[in-house]
Amino acid sequence: MICEPFANGNSLIHRIDPRLRVLFATLFSFVTALSRQFPVLFAAITVSLVIFFLAGLNSWAVVKRLAVISGFNILIWMILPVTFGKEPFFYIGSISVSMPGVILSAQITLKSYAILLAFISLVSTISFSTLGHVLSRLYIPERIVYLLLMAYRYVFVIEQEYSRLLKAAKLRGFCPGTNLHTYRTYAYLVGMLFVRAIMRSDRVHQAMLCRGFCGKFYSINRFSSSRADWFLSLFMTVVIFVMVFLEWT
Amino acid sequence: MIDLKDISFGYSSESLILNKLNFKLFKGSRIGLTGSNGSGKTTLFHIIMGLVKPLSGRLKIFDRQVNEEKDFLPVRRKIGLLFQDADDQLFSPTVLEDVAFGPLNLGKTREEAIEISLKTLEYLGLKGFEEKITFKLSGGEKRLVSLATVLAMKPKILLLDEPTTGLDDKTKSRLMEVLLNLDLSYIIISHEIDFLLKTTDHIYALKNGKTSLKTDLHTHIHSHPHINHKRTV
Repeated sequence: MICEPFANGNSLIHRIDPRLRVLFATLFSFVTALSRQFPVLFAAITVSLVIFFLAGLNSWAVVKRLAVISGFNILIWMILPVTFGKEPFFYIGSISVSMPGVILSAQITLKSYAILLAFISLVSTISFSTLGHVLSRLYIPERIVYLLLMAYRYVFVIEQEYSRLLKAAKLRGFCPGTNLHTYRTYAYLVGMLFVRAIMRSDRVHQAMLCRGFCGKFYSINRFSSSRADWFLSLFMTVVIFVMVFLEWT
Repeated sequence: MIDLKDISFGYSSESLILNKLNFKLFKGSRIGLTGSNGSGKTTLFHIIMGLVKPLSGRLKIFDRQVNEEKDFLPVRRKIGLLFQDADDQLFSPTVLEDVAFGPLNLGKTREEAIEISLKTLEYLGLKGFEEKITFKLSGGEKRLVSLATVLAMKPKILLLDEPTTGLDDKTKSRLMEVLLNLDLSYIIISHEIDFLLKTTDHIYALKNGKTSLKTDLHTHIHSHPHINHKRTV
């Protein structure tokens, strides 16, 4: 269901303290998202590409992930230039293409790719469980962190239960169609899933109580610092400062 | 160690699952518990752990009367309950984190907790499992890791709820070996009389809300030699 194809690796990026990676990916995304100047946006995408190459990820897998956002971008290129702004830039037949529309589309495209690439290279190279602990170290409220970790742990169990129920239904000759019987069956299935999820959460809570849980979670993870940390910190700080400087002066 | 007197439990007063049940567990006893589905075996464990409250009766654990939630906190630290479904017990992303959860709750430092966890895993033959992802383990591995999470708290008593369901013969005999080598009192719920005969001294049957000694099996039990080189984790 959830696979983490990028989490295991031994590149320079993988060796950097995950806290720094999350922190800088977030800062970088904010600055990129708020920028409008093209030099800044081109700088952003260049930096993202550099980080991406440093992470040594499987390019094809990354391209496949980017394809998701590409769909949106194509849609934006189809709609914005012909609907946004008044002054015509050029004409395709009788349709006028506006300059502000083209500029906005280009900005959105550059921003989305830059942010996505940075996140893929910096954050999706962290395994999910580590990410949870990183977030708690970065003072994200514990409830949210554990909601995330528990969801990650049990989404698989719930999926298994769902496929088991569906299989059982299919084995008794259920084939989905466009009729009330199908809708009812699916409604029962989902309802059953909710009931089971609630019962399971009760049992998990009981199991936690039995092991001395008193409402506080402790973490055994520690993060070590290395020279790669300094490299990333310095590099990203400079990049972000330059971007801010270019944009707002 | 555990003393239950006149314990009754049911979801309505007309149909009682446990009806004035009396039960005692002495130090060093190993007890097997059988009974038909829905006869209240799991409920009995949950009453001992304070997860459900009995309608009436008296419950003494380690010679202390326990009634309220706060009375059960120390009880839960000394009694380990192994759940029927290992997926309920293993909720952390990695095995090490899950095994260390108990010791950390007991107030151990991070280093101590990791050391205890690694030792426990090694004792159960699970060396090298620390960084494995819990939901990717096989059924047998999950069961043994669950046992590790319970043993890591160094309990005085173990309550095992159908520990053999879904296990192959190899894992079953591994579990048996582990149990016989533990210097602990325990109660095992199981439908597998063979397994109980090999791992326990007395077998009780839970029927109509009461326990009774299965005497017909009793003579049988002691014909099996016990392994005596006991070890604690």
